[in-house]
Amino acid sequence: MWCPGCGVGVMLGALLRSFEELGYERKDTVVVTGIGCTGKADDYLLTHALHTTHGRALAYATGIKAFNPKLHVVVLMGDGDSVTIGGNHFIHAARRNMDLTAIIINNFNFGMTGGQFSGTTPGGAFTQTSVYGNPERGFDISALAEVAGANYVARATPYHVWEMKTNIKEALSKTGFSVVEVYSPCPTNFGRHNDMKTATDMLHWLKEKGLPVEAYNRLRGSEREGFFAVGKLVDRDEPDFNTRYEEIRATAMAKKG
Amino acid sequence: MNKREKGCVAVAREMELMQGNQAIAEGAFYAGARFYAGYPITPSSEIAEECSKRMPLLGGIYMQMEDEIASMAAIIGASLSGAKAFTATSGPGFSLMQENMGLAVMGEVPCVVIDVQRRGPSTGLSTKPAQGDIMQLRWGRHGDQIVIALCPATVRECFMLTVAAFNLSEKFRVPVIISPDEIVGHMRETFRVPEPGEIEVIERKKPTGPPEKYKPFTADKDGVAPLAAYGSDYIFHVSSSMHGPDGYSNNNPANAAWRVEQLHRKIDMHRDEIVMTKTFATEDADVLLVAFGGTTGASRAAALELRKKGVKAGVLQLITLWPFADREVALLGSRAKTVVVTEMNYSGQVAGEVQKVLGSGADIRKVNSYNGQIITPQEILKAIG
Repeated sequence: MWCPGCGVGVMLGALLRSFEELGYERKDTVVVTGIGCTGKADDYLLTHALHTTHGRALAYATGIKAFNPKLHVVVLMGDGDSVTIGGNHFIHAARRNMDLTAIIINNFNFGMTGGQFSGTTPGGAFTQTSVYGNPERGFDISALAEVAGANYVARATPYHVWEMKTNIKEALSKTGFSVVEVYSPCPTNFGRHNDMKTATDMLHWLKEKGLPVEAYNRLRGSEREGFFAVGKLVDRDEPDFNTRYEEIRATAMAKKG
Repeated sequence: MNKREKGCVAVAREMELMQGNQAIAEGAFYAGARFYAGYPITPSSEIAEECSKRMPLLGGIYMQMEDEIASMAAIIGASLSGAKAFTATSGPGFSLMQENMGLAVMGEVPCVVIDVQRRGPSTGLSTKPAQGDIMQLRWGRHGDQIVIALCPATVRECFMLTVAAFNLSEKFRVPVIISPDEIVGHMRETFRVPEPGEIEVIERKKPTGPPEKYKPFTADKDGVAPLAAYGSDYIFHVSSSMHGPDGYSNNNPANAAWRVEQLHRKIDMHRDEIVMTKTFATEDADVLLVAFGGTTGASRAAALELRKKGVKAGVLQLITLWPFADREVALLGSRAKTVVVTEMNYSGQVAGEVQKVLGSGADIRKVNSYNGQIITPQEILKAIG
């Protein structure tokens, strides 16, 4: 179970509703998790599941999907798994355009270990290992996914829960690498050190600063300060790894004669 | 061309001048491996190259991953999708694979890892042989765990032990490591790939019975549970965390004890089937040379030389490095007056194990090389004096 006010459970609810609405069968679905608060999610699922090592969930999922392309493979990670310890796997899964759906709970800190700064903690933010302010900058996960080659990228929040479900369904339905980044409240370890003392304060932050993509795009330069786009950010149809591999196989077979 | 000459041509066509690394790839294909994920590294790259050419034709998948961490993860994922899967690397990459190999131990996922040993430490001498990873093969992963490690000495053994590695891995749901050194990986010998059916190929035990009752970690009498594949009706859960028979998290101390014991017990139970050795003129040996991999040939040459001089010398070749051949060493070692362990490392990693078996009173001599050069028969003879 997760702390009161956490966003992981909201994401999991949206994911399960998406499975149901898309008619996914338990036997055709594999959920792969990493380590951390989000990594606990598989214990609540009845699908095929693989709970992996920290940061490597995408690499495991790559093997699962490459060998059996018929499976729906969903990868649940936190910001630690996806872009801190596992950053290399993230950019390469996107480059390879593996037909995986990565759902990333970004709560801007390492929650499970007590709230240290991660690869997405904003510069200056306070955590248990940045009590004087974070000297590092944080990654923009969605932007990283876009430049690395993901076919689908969306940003969601537990405040915009129905939109989140829409994005998850779109991501699941898309062939190729899809990413749903979920900005998630962590009142226990992040909010209370950063002027958002309660879970409600954090939801207010998501509500007030999260703008629909169109509204966000209308803002110019410094007007964007503190705001972020919510919704579908990237939607393209480059061939995925398995499709390309079958093309290569056909070439090999033709050469063999 | 007469009949006999025609026959020779037919045989010659089947015989091939083959490299050790290539024979490993051939052995994997023969055993049914249809998934390879790896990151190129000297002196193992020929295995990757061979897989990249052959896997598409065999209906398999070759994946070149971003690093060895991902390679290990990908073969475990593919194995859970039902593949016989493997990877190949050398020291630096082997170090990176350890954490995820631990998941294969914990989750009892069959997979084969090739570690073509090169001289370290660190980047070391990438093109030169060594046998410095012997303890890492056994203890490289954190926690309390056990794996199987095999070590070929010839091109033929590269093939045969790769088939054996897949068989053991499938049968016991455990990672199996094959650890040739650079000499063996790059050695060329004539070899004929056996016809299908000539050598036994074992498949993992699949679950039977009602799918809703399937528990992926409830072992049968042989100590091993059946393993389903993702996508089958037998829906299952695999976890790196401590888990119960159903694969779901379980922090109960009794459960943890059961789990750790079970991972060890399945190997201990089948020790005699797993531990393989070869002997050469050991029946009456006063001098017992203990060798493995790239030191085997020189040890046999030294033993022959000693026999010519009237010294009764023989060779015990360790084929399975882990679990250690303690009974075999004890049997032959206690009969011999002198035991000589030849290995390409400074610390005498196998000599230490031999000492453990024979006790501190035994006359154990170590012949070690750690300069990236092969051990010669002359060096062995010098140690015996």
